[in-house]
Amino acid sequence: MAVFDYAASPRRPGHITVRSRFVALRVNYRVLLFALIASVLLLLLATYAMTLGSYSIPFSGVVKAVVGQGDPERLTVVRTLRLPRVICAILIGAALAMSGSIFQGLVRNPLVSPDVIGISEGAGLFAVFWIVTGFDLALLPAAAFAGAALTAMAIYVLTWKGGISPNRLILVGIGIGAMLRAGTNYLSVRYPVEQVRPAVVWQMGSIYGSDWGDVKLLTGLLLVIAPIAVALTWQLRALQLGDGVARSLGLPLERARLGLIVSACALAAVAVALAGPIGFVALMVPHIARMLAGPLSGSVMIFTGVLGALFLLGADMIAQHALPVSLPVGVVTGAVGAPYFLFLLYRANVRV
Amino acid sequence: MTSSDAPMGVVTIRGGKGSRRWLSVSRAAGLALLLAGVVLVALLSLGVGSLTISLGDVWDGLFHYDKSSYDQTVIRSLRLPRTIIGLAVGGGLAVAGATMQAVTRNPLAEPAILGVSSGASFAIVTAVYFLGLTTPSQYLWFGFAGALGAAMVVLFIASAGRGGPSPVKLALAGVVLSSLLGAWTSALILLDEQTLDVARFWLVGSVAGRGLDTFWVVAPFLVGGAIVCLFLGHQLNVLSLGDETAQALGMRTARIRLLCSILVVLITGAAVSVAGPIGFVGLATPHIVRAIVGPDYRWVLPYSLLVGAIFLTGADVVGRVVAKPSELQTGVVTALVGAPFLIYLARQRALAN
Repeated sequence: MAVFDYAASPRRPGHITVRSRFVALRVNYRVLLFALIASVLLLLLATYAMTLGSYSIPFSGVVKAVVGQGDPERLTVVRTLRLPRVICAILIGAALAMSGSIFQGLVRNPLVSPDVIGISEGAGLFAVFWIVTGFDLALLPAAAFAGAALTAMAIYVLTWKGGISPNRLILVGIGIGAMLRAGTNYLSVRYPVEQVRPAVVWQMGSIYGSDWGDVKLLTGLLLVIAPIAVALTWQLRALQLGDGVARSLGLPLERARLGLIVSACALAAVAVALAGPIGFVALMVPHIARMLAGPLSGSVMIFTGVLGALFLLGADMIAQHALPVSLPVGVVTGAVGAPYFLFLLYRANVRV
Repeated sequence: MTSSDAPMGVVTIRGGKGSRRWLSVSRAAGLALLLAGVVLVALLSLGVGSLTISLGDVWDGLFHYDKSSYDQTVIRSLRLPRTIIGLAVGGGLAVAGATMQAVTRNPLAEPAILGVSSGASFAIVTAVYFLGLTTPSQYLWFGFAGALGAAMVVLFIASAGRGGPSPVKLALAGVVLSSLLGAWTSALILLDEQTLDVARFWLVGSVAGRGLDTFWVVAPFLVGGAIVCLFLGHQLNVLSLGDETAQALGMRTARIRLLCSILVVLITGAAVSVAGPIGFVGLATPHIVRAIVGPDYRWVLPYSLLVGAIFLTGADVVGRVVAKPSELQTGVVTALVGAPFLIYLARQRALAN
């Protein structure tokens, strides 16, 4: 007997159902195809990104250097400088976009993202403290991660009142975020300007100076978290039908919410820890993904991740090369994302 | 105003003319008590700080100024402007918050939460950076424009869709717009070290180090706007019954809304211009006041004015005391005190819908 049995889903065009003895999975292959196309684009863009810079390298040269051929100078530039940065942009963009997608589904509100409900503020306070007091910068990601995780816990605990209400979660998050920002503001005036400046830069969110250590850390963490996030998407879909329906489908509501919140926060925390709070990726990319690929599902979640990677990589290229001064990537995501997002905000409210 | 047009809860529940009069008397007494509180907190603000100044010197500094006395010079040049600005900004923001809560019928309405303060901040930082403006009298108008623009965008976004602007929709639109404007503001600041050094002290929200000349520029809008708001209590009472009821009672709701919105924008723009974005005074104060005097805006507004003045000036004094020898900025203190209040509200009330 075959372990898996593929069949075209009779009701939904564009889907196939994968059955095994224990689970049946309906796969939206159209969206997976989208994801594949986006991945190819991503590869091309990433390669192109590595050709740019003060030391310009032809396309073919980059490809060669990545696999370890070509002259040593090129090898150094590509493999120690450009490749880690590009990979970091891709991974962080994917993590942010998926995190935003989960949050938006969870609270059934398209205007929510980890930066709105205070997670980034928590990472920010810890990181700014770390920077201005002059601790070892190698441990900065750990500090930021701790801040994000503690904040997420505080928000969860303070929102709990016999259960988690999505709207209460938003408001509690906004409150916590405001308190943490007050702390960050205090630190920023308490210390001399030359110590504060790097902290302000960090708060803009940038992936400047990423190295292989960052890449390893990111890859390791995301390899664990991202599959869990994709696997939990079906619970998110059930939750979106409303609490009553979800419960009657047999979903343990609060446990599902906890799992989703933890995975979304973990994704956001990893991204923020390494790059600082890069705005608007988590907020905006899920919208574009939904617009292109339709309502949330496991496949759409993957597609969202790839789109996030594309978006952040593109933004980082603009931040690095397109302008006379090299800016933190967060400035570009803000500037590019904002006008589009204001429009979306309006439209989104119409639909909610 | 006759007693028959007092529509709100407490009065009618107690019933009877005698108890109504007693209520008015006790509320007036409360107002007097708060006025005493304002005087007390003002004296504290004049006397307390890294240099503690005796009451006698405070008195002399105010009324028999002796230029040779160091303490009295501190009073005149530092503490007095700071106190006056604190009182005015606190009172103004609280009245603006109460007015916004009535107009939007939304318990979370507040200049900082709805993005109005960040609009003003962004406009001011832009003006400072690009046009090289340095004094509040120059950038005040940018503060107004920014506040107005942000308020319009947030209201427009939150009003779209079914059910109009619900508390959560308004708060979210405000926060998203704030984070957007915040990102742009920090980008501008980063481009220039000098702007960063100046702006970081202003963006944190503080009433320290502003001169009285600054205050006189914004006072007409800040104090004037708040005073006009005080006279709108009756209109806000009717408005808070809902649009349909208000219109059925013969009120031109659109006109009142517009008037109130303009006043709120003026107050907020002026407050941000002089003190930076100070949050949560406008949120917490009206709620505290309503818990004391009930929902009648004819009382809520004057109470808010005084309680807000006490809140902000008190926060300023606390900020000077707790972190000696340095200071905790007023905006930091109000956020640390006020944000838990938002969380409390979120847990208490049925804001969810």
